[in-house]
Amino acid sequence: MKQIIRIGTGSGWWGDRISPAAELAKHGQLDYLCFETMAEATISAAQVRARRDPSFVGHDTYLEDRLRAVLPACLEHGTKIVSNQGWINPDAAAAKAVTLLRELGATGVKVASINGSLITERVLSLTDTILDNGEPTETLAETLISAEVYLGAEPIVQALAQGADIVFTGRVADPSLFLAPLMYEFGWDALDHAHLAQGSAIGHLLECGAQVTGGYFVDPGFKDVDRPWDLGFPIAEVSQDGSCVISKLAGTGGCVTRQTVKEQMLYEVHDPANYLTPDVTVDFTTAIVEEVGADRVRVSGVTGKPRSPTLKVSMGCIEGFVGEDMFFYAGPGALRRAEIAKTVLLERFKIVDLKADDVRIDYLGLNAIHGFATPDSAPEPYEIAVRVAARTRSREQAEKVGREVDGMAVSGIAHTGKRVPFQDRVREVIGIWSSLVARDRVQATVTLTES
Amino acid sequence: MKITLQHVAHVRSGDKGNTSNIAVFAYEPKFYDVLREQLTAERFKVFYQGAITGPVTRFEVANIEAFNFVCEGALGGGVSRNLALDNYGKALSSAILGFELEVPDEWRDDLRGELRATSKT
Repeated sequence: MKQIIRIGTGSGWWGDRISPAAELAKHGQLDYLCFETMAEATISAAQVRARRDPSFVGHDTYLEDRLRAVLPACLEHGTKIVSNQGWINPDAAAAKAVTLLRELGATGVKVASINGSLITERVLSLTDTILDNGEPTETLAETLISAEVYLGAEPIVQALAQGADIVFTGRVADPSLFLAPLMYEFGWDALDHAHLAQGSAIGHLLECGAQVTGGYFVDPGFKDVDRPWDLGFPIAEVSQDGSCVISKLAGTGGCVTRQTVKEQMLYEVHDPANYLTPDVTVDFTTAIVEEVGADRVRVSGVTGKPRSPTLKVSMGCIEGFVGEDMFFYAGPGALRRAEIAKTVLLERFKIVDLKADDVRIDYLGLNAIHGFATPDSAPEPYEIAVRVAARTRSREQAEKVGREVDGMAVSGIAHTGKRVPFQDRVREVIGIWSSLVARDRVQATVTLTES
Repeated sequence: MKITLQHVAHVRSGDKGNTSNIAVFAYEPKFYDVLREQLTAERFKVFYQGAITGPVTRFEVANIEAFNFVCEGALGGGVSRNLALDNYGKALSSAILGFELEVPDEWRDDLRGELRATSKT
């Protein structure tokens, strides 16, 4: 058994940069490279797209780019890959990888796909209550497009135990992607909550990529970071006892400090003493975070409690549309013109009988980002964009927003700046609801293919 | 003296459903007690005015000198439904950097960033 396992992050979200992953694969001396590419609505959005676009096979749209960037180095160094790029079709992701491997002349490489997360057809009989509003899940029957369970690390461990070199999953909890290799390498049992809590905490620190190495962090004069245009992705050097050192490649930009690790430790966490994952409930309030060298932070002492008997289910529903557009004012009196423009729009929406569940008009430059939290003392800006958005039940209603902004050209206020409408001003709303399902009602399956 | 929070703490926000968590981290352990006393959940919610429609819960994470503020109803119904330009509320955390705190004058040299712009001594 190895004393130390080196795990790197290949992506922290779907749109993440690709070259830092290639650098890690080449120079990181990694045992594992893990890719996280999903947001809450990824599965539902993929379902919608697959229905409309037969050429969309259902895996990460950057799958080929990412694999081409890292495969040669991973093959050379024996680095295994664990990835949730399977989205709604892990088998297709695996097939793509096999094709690319054969192209590279690599034979005998085992690629696994893990299915079982999608439970759209069964979800209403397996679940009772929507966590967000307390209503029965039955109320979603009409609008439901997809339901997926957040699987844990166990099926990935199974795949690795069967000899997989590359594993593609659909929805699994993000930290589980990183925990699974540790369970496999160190022989941690699925019920060994003490070790699993530490491994999950490591996964949580790695799952957003550069967010632990200086990304989403820079604030000049307060939190300065070396070369923020060239952030290295993180590496965890994990010991058998579950402690680790978070680091990055020498020579890359960014930083790993107590501050970057602390910020990421609580990212998207609610109760820090009870962070629920499918594998274990993590307690971050016992963590010890220490700087042990330049860009090296040791994390130990994370504790945990046994996993819950239920798994989280995410349900995506078609809920309507958002229409959105903006136009501009500048110079002396920009705000007074923006204010009368807002009045004009609201009156126009009455005239054209806009049926909206919600309408929001912001002054971008003054209050669009912090909304009601904008201080009353905020100074009047030199330039303002008036941005309007409305949520509606039908596309036809949502289109009225852009049509009324069009009207602000020749029929609008003095000195109105406008852009050519070059983009789709209507987007679909896929609402996400959560519920719980009994653990024993969901069965994951592992399929292996060899290149 | 009165200063804004940015001189003693750094912050990060994250999204889950219709809830935003805004974590506040003291730059130094001695700043932590000031945050505990002055940055209560009630004041936090008042500071964000109508931007947080639900309850705010403050979790203490003393081992990393942090408070985690869990703000329900801060994301316009959730990322996809949210009519805000910043659908994820990724920039929501920066508002609290302007929260005013009273700190001892002798901390002046330990505070982060340039004080001139924001101090109100």
